[in-house]
Amino acid sequence: MTLTVESRQRVTDARGSAIDELVVNVGPSHPSTHGVCRVIAHLEGEIVTKADPVIGYLHRGIEKMAENRTYLQVVPLTDRLDYVGSMYANWAYCRSVERLAGITVPERAEYLRVITCELQRIASHMMAIGSSAADTGASTMFLYAFEVRERIIEMFEELCGSRLTYNYVRPGGVSFDLPEGWVDLCRTFCEGLTDKLAEMDRLFFGNVITRGRMKGVGVLSAEDAVGWGASGPVARGSGVDWDLRKDDAYSVYPRFDFEVPLGDAGDCYDRARVRLFESYESGTIVMQALEQMEPGPVNAPVSRLIAPRAGEAYDHIESARGSLGVYLVSDGSPRPYRMKVRSPAFCNLALLKVLAPGHTLSDLVVILGSLDPVFGEVDR
Amino acid sequence: MAFVDSLGSALERAPGGGIVLTSIDALMDWSRGHSLWAMPMGTACCAMELIAASFSKFDFDRLGTFPRPDPRHVDVMVVAGTVTTKMAPAVKRLWEQMPDPKWCIAMGNCAVSGGIFYYDSYSVVRGVDEFLPVDVYICGCPPRPESLMDAVIQLRARIATESIGSTTEHRAKYILPFDADPSQGGGGE
Repeated sequence: MTLTVESRQRVTDARGSAIDELVVNVGPSHPSTHGVCRVIAHLEGEIVTKADPVIGYLHRGIEKMAENRTYLQVVPLTDRLDYVGSMYANWAYCRSVERLAGITVPERAEYLRVITCELQRIASHMMAIGSSAADTGASTMFLYAFEVRERIIEMFEELCGSRLTYNYVRPGGVSFDLPEGWVDLCRTFCEGLTDKLAEMDRLFFGNVITRGRMKGVGVLSAEDAVGWGASGPVARGSGVDWDLRKDDAYSVYPRFDFEVPLGDAGDCYDRARVRLFESYESGTIVMQALEQMEPGPVNAPVSRLIAPRAGEAYDHIESARGSLGVYLVSDGSPRPYRMKVRSPAFCNLALLKVLAPGHTLSDLVVILGSLDPVFGEVDR
Repeated sequence: MAFVDSLGSALERAPGGGIVLTSIDALMDWSRGHSLWAMPMGTACCAMELIAASFSKFDFDRLGTFPRPDPRHVDVMVVAGTVTTKMAPAVKRLWEQMPDPKWCIAMGNCAVSGGIFYYDSYSVVRGVDEFLPVDVYICGCPPRPESLMDAVIQLRARIATESIGSTTEHRAKYILPFDADPSQGGGGE
């Protein structure tokens, strides 16, 4: 099922000369589709003329399941949305609940959320860069990226006892305060991060093969990025200066000094490199947050059975993939009437249709990798 | 493996064949158990741990297990993650493409029983054992990479008890009850 020829038909082009069109099915189980995406690629020779992503292979009905659970019980479900960066979905959901129920979050909890989510951004970007590298055949880079990711995951494990599904951010705050020695551990990590990222930059982005494979491939114009609702590193790689941390300065982000890295060419190379620079910026945010953080409570007194007033709320955060929003409707009962997730990965994946035509089939996987879809979030 | 299958049953019937069979079994089990190439059937969250297991810190390679995303080259399928009704025909077809002898590890609660999606999800298959003969189950959501390595060691112990003489009967119990048509559920155009 990895690569099968579905049909071969004779078609004629605009000038009437015959060309062979191949319809090739990539996926749903393919090492380069980053999960369970299926792409139906129409080829002329080796050139892709049309690429249709087929989604739904991981549709687990999380939005519907949320309607049967209390507001607190939905948090573990949001872990499984974006499983490369679970903290984000936790946070986006909790912000929405807090807005709906009018809960105020203690300041220390906001700092802890920022610290964990920025670390999560680094971990998620390492996965994205690493798998982009593996798509271009550079598996060494994957090992370097995973070394950084693994250290972050170890820190998270010490913090909340789980390596991937944290359930850390809760309505009203976070579940635990930092364990002893965690701040030093985190500081040591952030101090060493700059060197590691610089090493990766030389190793991968300075490499002539990487440049050959990724530069000029899948060029996305800023107009298309905005028009197709792209966000996160995909939009910023095309030079769209849109980062919710700056533009909708939520939580305690206005207190930090950081840059929003932008690409200019909008190709796969820029998208991947923006992720690397963002990881660096995240490291500086974590350092600043560790300096500024004051002792205090980490959780507001919230009832276990939150029953907000009837109404609706939408709140969003900047996840590693872009603008992640959760829309909640309440009918006054302790269960959400409706939950809808605005998933950045879903909107970014739609761009495959725009980017892939005109490139070879081997570039298709590079383009798909640079969009960094996570199918838990795409299919929900 | 038709030759090995017939060889095994022929040896069982032949006078004194049992001794030869035992020696061949020991060699076969040793070679099969120590180079279990894995088909990483990563569908969801557990796939991250499956990837982590094969990288620096855990280094799956030292058990002789190497992820190889091609069904024709592998011995064990690691189903890591939720299998939905849309995905199930693809998983089943990949399993059928794997050459005998083959084993299956169900990694994570979703692959074991549906996990968190067991009660009220309308689209999740309640465990891959509905359509695959699972040899080792690993619980956890997701399990740690160490659990996956433990599963490989347990699978190796299980392979050590297998005999090429009994291969045919052993496989006969592997009836695939999940009667899904692979052409359905494809979606697309």
